[in-house]
Amino acid sequence: MEKTDIVRSRTVVMPGTDIDTDQIVPARFLTTTTRKGLGKALFADWRYDKDGKPKADFILNTPAAAGCRILVAGNNFGCGSSREHAPWALIDFGIQAVISTGIADIFRSNSLKNGLVPVIVDQATHGWLLANPGVEVTIDVASCELRLPDGRAVGFPLDGFSKYCLLNGVDQLGYLLHQSDAIARFESERAWKP
Amino acid sequence: MSGRSLFQKVWDDHVVVPETADTPAVLYIDLHLTHEVTTPEAFNVLRSRGLSIRRPDLTVATLDHSTPTVRIASLKDLDVVSEPAAAAQIRTMIDNCAKNGIRMYGYGSDSRGIVHVIGPELGATQPGKTIVCGDSHTSTHGAFGALGFGIGTTEVGHVLATQCLLQRRPKTLAINVEGKLPRGVTAKDVILAIIGKIGVGGGTGSVIEYRGSTIRSLDMEQRMTICNMSIEAGARAGMIAPDDTTIQYLNGRPLAPRGAAWEAAVARWRALPSDADAQFDKEVSIDVSQLAPMVTFGTNPGMVVPVTDAVPVSDDASFSKALAYMKVAAGKPMLGMPVDVVFVGSCTNSRMSDLHDAASILRGRKVAKSVRMLVVPGSVQVQRQAEAEGLDKVFREAGAEWREAGCSMCLGMNGDIALPGQLCVSTSNRNFEGRQGIGARSVLASPLTAAASAVAGVIADPRPLLPN
Ligand code: SF4
Repeated sequence: MEKTDIVRSRTVVMPGTDIDTDQIVPARFLTTTTRKGLGKALFADWRYDKDGKPKADFILNTPAAAGCRILVAGNNFGCGSSREHAPWALIDFGIQAVISTGIADIFRSNSLKNGLVPVIVDQATHGWLLANPGVEVTIDVASCELRLPDGRAVGFPLDGFSKYCLLNGVDQLGYLLHQSDAIARFESERAWKP
Repeated sequence: MSGRSLFQKVWDDHVVVPETADTPAVLYIDLHLTHEVTTPEAFNVLRSRGLSIRRPDLTVATLDHSTPTVRIASLKDLDVVSEPAAAAQIRTMIDNCAKNGIRMYGYGSDSRGIVHVIGPELGATQPGKTIVCGDSHTSTHGAFGALGFGIGTTEVGHVLATQCLLQRRPKTLAINVEGKLPRGVTAKDVILAIIGKIGVGGGTGSVIEYRGSTIRSLDMEQRMTICNMSIEAGARAGMIAPDDTTIQYLNGRPLAPRGAAWEAAVARWRALPSDADAQFDKEVSIDVSQLAPMVTFGTNPGMVVPVTDAVPVSDDASFSKALAYMKVAAGKPMLGMPVDVVFVGSCTNSRMSDLHDAASILRGRKVAKSVRMLVVPGSVQVQRQAEAEGLDKVFREAGAEWREAGCSMCLGMNGDIALPGQLCVSTSNRNFEGRQGIGARSVLASPLTAAASAVAGVIADPRPLLPN
């Protein structure tokens, strides 16, 4: 996992609520056996017409979206299937952070394990971001702040452990492997065995 | 100190290292279910880091998601019926399991099936266990009083390597369900009504405990249907306290404990239900005594109405987008909408009681000419049992297709899809855009409603067709 401390970019806005992971990556792309190259599957059913040509009016196909690394989305983003292919596809496409009023649990957990920053903001900030697509904002992981163009800083929740992992590019498996003595002790001492 | 909830008891029993302000808890996992779609990359990562599987004995594998539901004589025929990528994925799974000593209920096994159908069937799913799978409907196993939740592929790797996960303790949500279910109204209708009430994000961050007299009266298959769709309300998991019904179901299953171990397990399970004074972060109540069969009209499971109602009106942009996709108009009745495809199957509704329900409507009737109906059993066991009871004949004689076990048209990964624009009444759990095929329009319903709609060729109320 890459280190992530600052994400600075213009925003691309998808205001729809409850955007599920079946939209982010449709199931027919899940036959892959690697995480690589999923960017082309991102939002495939919204992005391409039935002949596979990009739809000009889909936001991610517009010139304004080029190079944007921050996605502002409607409430409950990433609901549905647990497929980690969803953050993999977003990252492969170039998105490094998602801002919303609500992000679904499994998607959030999967994002943090891949260096995609989930940023939960209040209604007012969210409303402003939806109304002002393309503004340049800064996400500062160390201070857990989203900085808006007018200089305002809006805090977002991120637990210390996830922050540490993002800032240092550490994946959590290393941490878990360090617990192997405690795990062995638990296995031998527990009252019943599965 | 107040008493502990069912969830809290299972959680406490599995904490290897407690959580702190800075670090999540290390939580031990008792049962890891795997399938071909969300595991290959996890094995890749382990391989590239030179790690081995800590407890292959606690992982169980099957083939269900990209698996064909037409009969194949041997693995060689996979290339004939499957896309090359799907066939490769299935072979990768078989190979990874063989190399790592993981039990695989694959082709040729009497126990193959949808991962959430076979866990309970084998008796591997038991009260008080922590159960995970790279699949969001792992919440199904909560019907037994287990803590079951879906994980991503990175976490699949964590469990394979350490048998543990890093977790923050979720919140708790009690949902009290009271009232006697009217005839023709099933567990599927109850859970759709609950999601309609609390919303698709209503359970985010929480573990639900379903309680109350209605829940107690349900058999295990119906309880699984309820817990299965917890994730559709955004919840991490859904649980139901174990009781006599649970214990009876498990007794004698292949992987259930036996003899003295069984007695000890039952004693432990009896202590799991929430204490009378347990506190929940939130409580919701629902009375189902007047509930009607429910159907969805939009593109998420929370967009749901009684089948006798009209499509609701709202000026919300996402709502309008959903109606446009579904080609339904606000204010229009659900009854009578033309149906192209009917799918009975998925981990929500593919067990014996679901097939009994569908067959009770189809017996002596015909599927409408304009409708393609697929009935896909959840497992080889269900398939055999249904065939022994002659249900396959009932379906075939009615004009439905009777298929091999798998996920099939629930997610349309294996080639079983609805076509663009087709309306599919489905007993599965997700009516997301394109879930059952590009441009396909899904209406979620119970097996009774699905079968009644197949016969009528339009969305129909099953109650007038119920056998006496
Ligand atoms: S039946 Fe559908 S929801 Fe269930 S495990 Fe298979 S794909 Fe997932």
